[in-house]
Amino acid sequence: MADGKPRSLSPGPGGRLGTLLDDAVWGLRAYGFIVAMWVRSTMAYRASFLIMLAANFATAGLDFAAIMIMFAQVDALGGFTLPEVAFLYGTSCVAFGLSDLLLGTAERVGRRVRDGTMDVLLTRPVPVLSQLAADRFALRRLGRVIQGSLVLGWSLTRLEVDWTPGRVALLASMVLCGAAIFGCLFVVGGAFQFWAQDASEVQNAFTYGGTTLLQYPPTVFGKDLVRGVTFVVPLAFVNWLPALRLLGRDDPLGLPDWLDLAAPAVALLCCAVTGLVWRAGLRAYRSTGS
Amino acid sequence: MDDADGAFIDVRDLTKTFTVRRRSGLLRRTATRVHAVDGISFVLRRGEMTGFIGPNGAGKSTTVKMLTGILTPTSGRLRVAGVDPWRERTRLVRRIGVVFGQRTTLWWDLPLRDSYGLVRRMYRIPRARFEENLARCVELLELGDLLDVPVRQLSLGQRMRGDITAALLHDPDVLYLDEPTIGLDIVSKARVRQFLLTLNAERGTTVLLTTHDLSDIEQLCERVVVIDHGRLMYDGPLAGLHEVGRGERTLVVDLERELPPIEGIPGARTVRTEGPRQWLAFPASASAAPLVSRLAAEYPLVDLSIREPDIEDVIARMYAG
Amino acid sequence: MHLLRLNFAVALSGFRRYATYRVATAAGVFTNTVFGFILAYTFIALWHTHPHLGGYDQSQALTFVWTGQALLAAAALMGGGFQDEFHERIRNGDVAIDLYRPIDLQLWWLASDLGRAAFQLLGRGVVPLAVGALAFDLALPASPRRWLLFLPSVLLAVVVSFALRYLFALCGFWLLDATGLNALSALLSLFFSGMLLPLTVFPGALGEVARLLPWSATLQVPADVLMGTQPGSAGAGLAFQAGWALVLLTAGRLLQTVATRKVVVQGG
Repeated sequence: MADGKPRSLSPGPGGRLGTLLDDAVWGLRAYGFIVAMWVRSTMAYRASFLIMLAANFATAGLDFAAIMIMFAQVDALGGFTLPEVAFLYGTSCVAFGLSDLLLGTAERVGRRVRDGTMDVLLTRPVPVLSQLAADRFALRRLGRVIQGSLVLGWSLTRLEVDWTPGRVALLASMVLCGAAIFGCLFVVGGAFQFWAQDASEVQNAFTYGGTTLLQYPPTVFGKDLVRGVTFVVPLAFVNWLPALRLLGRDDPLGLPDWLDLAAPAVALLCCAVTGLVWRAGLRAYRSTGS
Repeated sequence: MDDADGAFIDVRDLTKTFTVRRRSGLLRRTATRVHAVDGISFVLRRGEMTGFIGPNGAGKSTTVKMLTGILTPTSGRLRVAGVDPWRERTRLVRRIGVVFGQRTTLWWDLPLRDSYGLVRRMYRIPRARFEENLARCVELLELGDLLDVPVRQLSLGQRMRGDITAALLHDPDVLYLDEPTIGLDIVSKARVRQFLLTLNAERGTTVLLTTHDLSDIEQLCERVVVIDHGRLMYDGPLAGLHEVGRGERTLVVDLERELPPIEGIPGARTVRTEGPRQWLAFPASASAAPLVSRLAAEYPLVDLSIREPDIEDVIARMYAG
Repeated sequence: MHLLRLNFAVALSGFRRYATYRVATAAGVFTNTVFGFILAYTFIALWHTHPHLGGYDQSQALTFVWTGQALLAAAALMGGGFQDEFHERIRNGDVAIDLYRPIDLQLWWLASDLGRAAFQLLGRGVVPLAVGALAFDLALPASPRRWLLFLPSVLLAVVVSFALRYLFALCGFWLLDATGLNALSALLSLFFSGMLLPLTVFPGALGEVARLLPWSATLQVPADVLMGTQPGSAGAGLAFQAGWALVLLTAGRLLQTVATRKVVVQGG
């Protein structure tokens, strides 16, 4: 009847922070092996996987096809040329695609509460979020990332930017922090469904809507909208602010320069807030049930 | 680990109250408090096999959800293997196994073998122990041919056996079974029951099972815990079960309009309100007549009826079936 | 007469089923509205640099955006509706039961989809269009006659959309995993209905072909009928839609006959 000696959960010498860290590491590991299982099982149907990958690639590409058609008629949109818009498009798409790949299924909270399988997740010794985000992990979502990367790659060959190491680092951090910010939106959207189970579509406005918004230059939109996605839902940090810096353009709000480099801090802040919201959502569920 | 008095599952004055909001007009919403579990206490010793029964909506599954750490209690004390299920959920779930009869805990699209592989890693079961436990379950539950079949293609009986195996791979001290034989054919039922008896005898696993099937209880449990309207109605051997219905009766009162819960009627308490309708519980041994006259004098009555405890129906049905 | 009443009852139950999800409807309205704003701003930028692009002035282009958001759910421009349920019934074999219904299979799903569309037009279409009209200067017609023409055009749009989705759904009889097909169907619809960009803006031959394809009957034509920008006249637009509806429903009927001949009941 021995129990395989689980690690101690009482706050040891490391204290609460140590436990939290332990939990996070375990959560990530569990996420990893659940994902690995799903990838293996997807690969058993290779043909079907390739078709779905292509479908994902093509669906993502449609937005860009629409942009190409626009530029067949005009030379600039909101003062931005095609390579510049392609740069925005590519960064937005890759960041969103990565978060959708890694955390997209976290939005299935409402459905799981309705059909009672949320309870099943709670009876396993793995953080609920890890299980939820890894469940039915779909590698085909890589299609969007590939498509976005191709557009981004093309735009880089056309842009006249002097690629110093600093700028390269800015580009890399932009995509990673962007993915983190979108990931937070997926998780907050999921947590929101603990309170409103049928409202899963609201988050599409922020996730899918967000990535569509960021594909276009901020100059296209009203200043209030730009302000909203800078200070309320910090989408502007995914690509607008750092990208304007890279492209050597001013932002329409005339914000201080250092904000262009604030994406990592904003992403961290988002993760902290998201963690709190998720915990609150789960706590609300556990006190009310379905 | 166990409490000093040998209690392995210790439930004291456990309550769970939900607030249900209901639309009562175009924009108006009224909140009703529902006492799903209303102060129940019982103690299970290690190795006991207990039947947990009651009508639908009696509070069974709410209680089980609190025991498994899914739901947080409103008040009361709760210990399972010395652990507070709600505060230390992850620590608790390593020591318990849960089987929901109505829905699988397995992964719908994965073959059983892959599901078990995931369970092994989630519970960090040492490989040798895992292989040993799996081989045992496969043999006793005759799962050998099914290991490579995706869960969604299994029949109900096969799936249930698959679920029970998944719940036991990490050697839990307690096994919760929610309707483990619902919808199973006679052969599957017999196989599942025999397996549970073996498990209990050889490993001393504590088992709590909810069921609608009296023969489950007759064959498996020495002890029965009955709840109704969130209250404990009976706790003892199966033979004494017919005593149960003598608990409380319910007076259903329709008032002229929506009023706050009725108070101050001696010997009765309001257990539920819904718009102008209210439910009052009173001891089955008492006469309803003085109660009704008192109510009629103080409240604008439209209609009323007396309801015998639902649990009687359940037990009658169990014996009939 | 009896059949008509039966169909009506099926449609009504379709309407009711979607009407019960109030929160989901509100959520959908919110999302449609957000997307409407995003698209509207990009169109303003586009028409600012190139006035009269695709034969529309700016307010007509914006009207197109918001008409699209209003019809998105009703005409199932991103797929969905009955498709998922139908597939599930093919997959688990329940479709065999459907074949014994007093109404023909195609008619049954059409009636139920029309009921769904009616609810979604009211529940999810009206509010985004109204918000769009308040926030932007739209070219909505003042004459009731155009609105009267718009309604049958929307009805035909839903029928054409149904007929297309039905054809895709029937392929599920041959391919048991239909997720790829559904994705393809949504893809074609999104692009060739004009949802992303009016088909009149599509350049050259691509534009000419796109405007002849059946998907143009699901958004491009109703929007043109509403704004009075339909080449020829509104009548020509309606005839175009009706023509495609007839062709596609007939094709669906033929494919259905072949498909039901090989109903495979998938046991569990």
